[in-house]
Amino acid sequence: MEGYKHSVFLEMEKCKGCTNCLKRCPTEAIRIRDGHAVINPADCIDCGECIRVCEQKAKRAVYEKLEDLDSSKYLIALPAPSLFGQFNALTDADYVIQGLLDIGFNDVYEVARGAEIHTEYTRHYMNRSDIVLPLISSACPVVVRLIKTRFPTLTDHLLPILAPMEIAGKYARREALKKHPELKPEDIRTVFISPCPAKVSWVKSTMQDQEVYVDNVVSVSEVYFRLISAMKREASPKAASKTGMIGLSWPSSGGESSSLLNEGYLAADGIENVIRVLDKIENGQLNNVSFVELNACPGGCVGGTMTVENPYIARVKLQSLRRYLPVSMNRVPKTGEDPETYVPDELVDARPFTYISPDQGALNLSRAESIRMMMEIENIYDATPQIDCGACGAPTCRAFAEDVVRGEAQMDECLILMRERFKAMVNRQKKSGETPE
Amino acid sequence: MAENETLTFHFDVDGNDFTSAGEASVKVKKLMRQLGFSPELTRRVSIAMYEGEINMVIHANGGTADVFVEEDCLRVVLSDEGPGIADVETAMQEGYSTAPDNIRALGFGAGMGLPNMKNYSDEMSIDSVVGKGTTIVLKFKVS
Repeated sequence: MEGYKHSVFLEMEKCKGCTNCLKRCPTEAIRIRDGHAVINPADCIDCGECIRVCEQKAKRAVYEKLEDLDSSKYLIALPAPSLFGQFNALTDADYVIQGLLDIGFNDVYEVARGAEIHTEYTRHYMNRSDIVLPLISSACPVVVRLIKTRFPTLTDHLLPILAPMEIAGKYARREALKKHPELKPEDIRTVFISPCPAKVSWVKSTMQDQEVYVDNVVSVSEVYFRLISAMKREASPKAASKTGMIGLSWPSSGGESSSLLNEGYLAADGIENVIRVLDKIENGQLNNVSFVELNACPGGCVGGTMTVENPYIARVKLQSLRRYLPVSMNRVPKTGEDPETYVPDELVDARPFTYISPDQGALNLSRAESIRMMMEIENIYDATPQIDCGACGAPTCRAFAEDVVRGEAQMDECLILMRERFKAMVNRQKKSGETPE
Repeated sequence: MAENETLTFHFDVDGNDFTSAGEASVKVKKLMRQLGFSPELTRRVSIAMYEGEINMVIHANGGTADVFVEEDCLRVVLSDEGPGIADVETAMQEGYSTAPDNIRALGFGAGMGLPNMKNYSDEMSIDSVVGKGTTIVLKFKVS
């Protein structure tokens, strides 16, 4: 996708050119070239798998630092609900909110509130008769990008409601302007505290030509470490959380879909599982399911690479934190011509969920040419050892064959074939050496 | 692949591993995308082939799937050495199924396999001999 700004960065000095990320990339977007990993931006979906598996810690998420924020502005923190699952023995979300104010934010608007609003309108949206089922959640930007690049027939299944982070940013700004009439819109900065780099990419790439909901993105992990020293849990905090059970169940897989109070749902997490489920949906094998929640990270957003706590422990912590909360604290009024199906226009996602064809750009071949190319790929693949060792720098022998045909790799980069040739050469020499004089 | 004129993909469908059924159709989907076929055609081929794969696993202890790609036409040939279909006309009826109960418990055996293959392809022929096996040829026109 042209202009999509990725958020995975490679520290060249640290990268040893091993095959860990190469083999784990779900879209085969990585190659090892000149001893280092190279990511093909057209195929990368920002899932963060390479960050997760890198032994050298050479892959990093790109995000802004707290110190980079413009402190002359009115800074509104938008904490992802996953942030609240990071702390030990947290009994009250208010401590975290008070902590955010204490470390320098002027205001806090919980993204969990955006999630509760999102849930209400999704329920309305699902009452409509003209929607394509199953509806697929669009809250995980990795899944949206995956569908747009790999699952063209599923784009119209995506739920066209702004993500909780965006709803939160929009409402936070509006609330602040109301509370502080002296502020101008340009005085405000909404700062999302994110569990994953995909949200960073999303903010940087999709907001250019339209209303800005989120201005900056910082990481849960950085904010967490700042908060643990700032959070004094002695006195009762002044700040008050406005989040219910639903908002704090969102960051774990199944939270979004179970909140819809609809039995026909499926929730899958982990990018490999997500891809398998999408394949099934595309083949029409998923019946009696009306809502599909997909999270690229294992365990859901709590499994993001910019978090601190293990996702399954974070899930438990969130469970106990929300135990005595009301189900939702962000009910929306039923209005409009048909209140049961009403979704305000301003929360409908205007960005088109359209298919990004892999043929766009360089490879604009005719059918005959691409068939010829594919035959060449097949022939080369047949000549490879087919053990997918990755030593050539491609994740599989098949990907290697594709690279050779595209002119991006040479046949003699296959070490196994080289070894065979070397052995044959040695044998020949041995034989000629052994012949009696 | 042999050095012939037509681009061919060959898949062995393993009859002993029910969980692997459907893998060939996922691979074909990816290949068709690389070849630049339209998403709609890709989906039709993938679904029809999926149904064929499932049938071969349920009824015939596996078989083979070959996909021939030409500029104006795609052919999928599904071959097995299973029990054969005694009455093709009846088997083609929607809802007719001879799948065993354990397979139905998994949600398969709804009697839509063959009808779906016919609906999603442009041409379909069945060549079946009881006790010998079945060969199904699906044709898809490329517009």
